[in-house]
Amino acid sequence: MTGQPLLRVAGVTRRYGTRIGCRDVTFDLWPGEVLGIVGESGSGKTTLLKCLSAQLEPDAGRIVYATRDDGPQDIFALSEPRRRLLARTDWGIVHQHPVEGLRMKVSAGANVGERLMAVGARHYGQIRTSALDWLGRVEIPRDRIDDMPRTFSGGMLQRLQIARNLVSQPRLVFMDEPTGSLDVSVQARLLDLLRGLVADLGLSVVVVTHDLAVARLLAHRLMVMRAGSVVEEGLTDQVLDDPQHPYTQLLVASILHP
Amino acid sequence: MTDTNALVLAGIGKQFTLHVQGGVVLPVLSGIDLAVAPGECVALNGPSGAGKSSLLRLVYGNYRAQAGSIRVGHRGGWVDVATASAQTILELRRHTLGYVSQFLRVIPRVPAIDVVAEPARAVGQSAAEAEHRAERLLSRLRIPERLWSLPPATFSGGEQQRINLARGFVVDFPVLLLDEPTAALDADNRRTVVALIGEAKARGAAVLGIFHDGEVRDAVADRVFAMRPPALAA
Amino acid sequence: MDGYNFAYLDEQTKRMIRRAILKAVAIPGYQVPFASREMPLPYGWGTGGIQVTAAIIGTADVLKVIDQGADDTTNAVSIRRFFARTTGVATTERTAEATIVQTRHRIPERALGADQIIVFQVPIPEPLRWLEPRETETRKMHALAEYGAMHVKLYEDVARHGRIATAYDYPVMVSGRYLMRPSPIPKFDNPKMDRSPALQLFGAGREKRIYAVPPWTAVVSLDFEDHPFEVQSWDQCCALCGAEDSFLDEVIVDDRGGRIYVCSDSDHCGERRAAGHVGPQPDALGQPVEAAPR
Repeated sequence: MTGQPLLRVAGVTRRYGTRIGCRDVTFDLWPGEVLGIVGESGSGKTTLLKCLSAQLEPDAGRIVYATRDDGPQDIFALSEPRRRLLARTDWGIVHQHPVEGLRMKVSAGANVGERLMAVGARHYGQIRTSALDWLGRVEIPRDRIDDMPRTFSGGMLQRLQIARNLVSQPRLVFMDEPTGSLDVSVQARLLDLLRGLVADLGLSVVVVTHDLAVARLLAHRLMVMRAGSVVEEGLTDQVLDDPQHPYTQLLVASILHP
Repeated sequence: MTDTNALVLAGIGKQFTLHVQGGVVLPVLSGIDLAVAPGECVALNGPSGAGKSSLLRLVYGNYRAQAGSIRVGHRGGWVDVATASAQTILELRRHTLGYVSQFLRVIPRVPAIDVVAEPARAVGQSAAEAEHRAERLLSRLRIPERLWSLPPATFSGGEQQRINLARGFVVDFPVLLLDEPTAALDADNRRTVVALIGEAKARGAAVLGIFHDGEVRDAVADRVFAMRPPALAA
Repeated sequence: MDGYNFAYLDEQTKRMIRRAILKAVAIPGYQVPFASREMPLPYGWGTGGIQVTAAIIGTADVLKVIDQGADDTTNAVSIRRFFARTTGVATTERTAEATIVQTRHRIPERALGADQIIVFQVPIPEPLRWLEPRETETRKMHALAEYGAMHVKLYEDVARHGRIATAYDYPVMVSGRYLMRPSPIPKFDNPKMDRSPALQLFGAGREKRIYAVPPWTAVVSLDFEDHPFEVQSWDQCCALCGAEDSFLDEVIVDDRGGRIYVCSDSDHCGERRAAGHVGPQPDALGQPVEAAPR
């Protein structure tokens, strides 16, 4: 983790009318770093994620992303076309419910190939080869490439969503409860896959989760949110093993150990 | 401060404030000063509750110190773990600080050989080289080859402890933190661990450890640092 | 017709439509919204094309109307008669003589010239509608030229059928900028749109959109490098006139399933026969060998 931060977030605040979504959030994210944002429902973590991924505009604060060609840019000062292009190429967004991040009416291969076609890939054979390669990397059997997503299990759908995002080689991936809708046994496999991909590809990730075990496994650093504010942050193992803030201690103490 | 030391703790204070229990304060450590030189092994000694494991965890950055400084020699300079950023501590752990804890955190599906090789990969060694080192250590620690491709979740306690150890020694860390490294091991493996520690010292590593087994302690420790449970608040 | 303005529509409406047409011509392939009027036939029967023709037709024009290439089908006849009544303008079945050609689902075989206008009847103008039902979103996609999804459709075709299976209403890029739906003409006709000297106008009445391809504009059908765009071809030629390079319709001629192939463009076929070309079964439809004078 050297050089410049990939993402600099300063004082991000977003309200819903008089209610606070998230308040005054500040942090930096470095290349190759995984930041976990944990909290319970209503903590503001999803609101924050949506602001970071440009799906919602904050009411205050700045989000500066280090673009490949033009250096650090305030993402909300960019034109909408540029922002949308960034979201389609340099960023990935993995939704909790994979149907929100997939086209259900086209085949798995088309889903994976779309980002390539969106930036001008025009050779069917090459697009298909890339799609096959990525299906392999997310452990989806390659003979499913022409199958429709509705024939896939939940875990496979989530892996398909991941492949669809990673095919454009993003540098930053936002994940919202990536294992949230999956069975426990399936979660383990997905988390392992994510760990491997993050390490192999040097991705920066912001992962929102309410599951501390997921955070411990994936994240280098953790931010704990409550009622819209960040109450504690630091090294993942330190926050979970030696929580300082009363709310963090409550969260950690509340985990059930089988 | 003249420093030929690899690790210097000064004025360490640690307490837990249990907000969930109405704010009860549990003192753990107070006024700890300790230095470890390269090639030296210091054994932390004391009864249960003296804070020995906590001290190791503080050095590793797993616990947060409420007072004092923890200076680790890193890349020709010093890093104070007590105040360093998360990124810095992660870099320290990758290159400089090795830690063998009492428990192996098991990640599902990752084979034992990869668990051991991972720290070597993290410092930039090739997959082949890292695997080779891992294999050598696993062999020395008498983990049968048929287990290397299996995830350690189903291994016995002793086997898991040896995986942990292999992982701690696969990289030549300048500072090694060992928490009961021989707790679940038989005599042969205890001797291997003693040899590994000896080799680490010989190449200049500073070792800070907790050794319940007197024989092991006598074999590896150059100094003993005595610790006592903190005086309870009046 | 008493009580009706020239070409049925009032002058303000015609001006409004002409403004929309000017905008459309200024931005080739861009769908311009317009205030589609109530016409004396329901949506789905060519009201868009009729409104465009009504806005541009003048007393000196000569109008041809075809439906699936033929001048003598019910709809073509009705529309032609409508304009004859409301304008008194001359009509023709010969492409060569027309100044305005209004068409449903075909482009005439005879190449159009710089002094001709072709008006297409369009059912669904939005090429991305199959993928994205929201108008707000498709407008953004056009504005930002986010057309990757269109290639997704072609990809699906190749994956499923081994080739791009779309046979009509085949999507095109106009002037390298806007993705356009050429109306349900067979892909066979797509190349005719590319750099045509004629003005091409498209009207969708129900969807309330007008778009245009000005003369000499590049119109390129979408494809893949390794699955290039191809037009249909037949093993047969026209039974009546022997044409081997026109779009052929399959016609059942008896109760035993006997069939022949004839030119879809009736004028083209008639011209060829008048020039002496004879196909293998010139009497198959009971048509005279020589085209009757019109």
